[in-house]
Amino acid sequence: MLDIRLYMLQRLSALFMGPFVLVHLGVMIYAIQGGLSTAEILGRTQGSVYWFLFYATFVIAVSVHSAIGLRVIVHELLGLKGFALSTLTWSICVILLFMGGRAVTAVTML
Amino acid sequence: MSDSVKLMDVSIWRGDATGGAYEHFEVPAQESQTILDVVSWVQQNQDTNLSYRYACRVGMCGSCAMMVNGTPRWTCRTHVKKVLDGNKLTVAPLRNLPVIKDLATDMDPFFDKWVEAEGVHHPSKTRDGAIELIDPENSARVEANTGIECINCSICYAACDTVAGNTDYLGPAALQRAWTLYNDTRDDDKQVILDAVSGKGGCHNCHSQGSCSVHCPNDLNPMKAIAGLKRATAMSFLKRGN
Repeated sequence: MLDIRLYMLQRLSALFMGPFVLVHLGVMIYAIQGGLSTAEILGRTQGSVYWFLFYATFVIAVSVHSAIGLRVIVHELLGLKGFALSTLTWSICVILLFMGGRAVTAVTML
Repeated sequence: MSDSVKLMDVSIWRGDATGGAYEHFEVPAQESQTILDVVSWVQQNQDTNLSYRYACRVGMCGSCAMMVNGTPRWTCRTHVKKVLDGNKLTVAPLRNLPVIKDLATDMDPFFDKWVEAEGVHHPSKTRDGAIELIDPENSARVEANTGIECINCSICYAACDTVAGNTDYLGPAALQRAWTLYNDTRDDDKQVILDAVSGKGGCHNCHSQGSCSVHCPNDLNPMKAIAGLKRATAMSFLKRGN
């Protein structure tokens, strides 16, 4: 159910997510200190390749990590396996990628 | 029964693979009495049809493990006074294994997984070769020694919540055996061990809850062995890319 490939994917995605979460929280706290408005924040993020790459990688890591984690929970609690479990895993990953992708493009695209 | 003898309220699970229920017995309490003594007293004095399994009675063979008041224990070395709940005892077949009858479980899934985890020696020499000298201070040998006192009682397997939720999971005992062989300098096919514990029921399913290590009657630490396998398989994956 959770073989070495999925295990490594989940661990490596977690490795990326750790610093991403810290930077995300740190920037949020820093940004509101000076009373930045939404428009001012968007003015800084929209058109920024760096923020796009940062949040796009973040979304990919979250989608992979969450899908594998929920796969384990669903299998152990509900007994789902085989094709149905793989379909659910991929569906969760794709949904999170879509939702996260929409948010990233809205914040970083001009 | 004399009025002066204290009677314990003992519930024993009776049934087979199709189902069953607890049956109540009154068993005289004695000094220095084990759970296996209680079960044997019931079988010898109350119901000769009661089925259970034991052999050595001294904690070496691993045959007599049962659920006692909801906890997996070796019944021949568990004193009644240690686990008596008020005046009550509940004895049931081991968790996570199919029941044959009453307190006797089918151990096949447990031992099949030892084989699946490559818990077999892969010799580097033949019987004609010289005896290999093993340095007892060697760090790999020291690590292997931490798991060799396993008596195959299946208590860790019964205690494991991951086994309960994932029937493919190899379980703590089989994985600890794999780790022992992986650290044995005489074993000649370590990669086949790593491959065997990297499948869909492999060591990566362990959530490190630690029930195996808490309940092991010989104070072994299968959770640590599984962590070792996770490290070894991860290093192998990064080197080989699969």
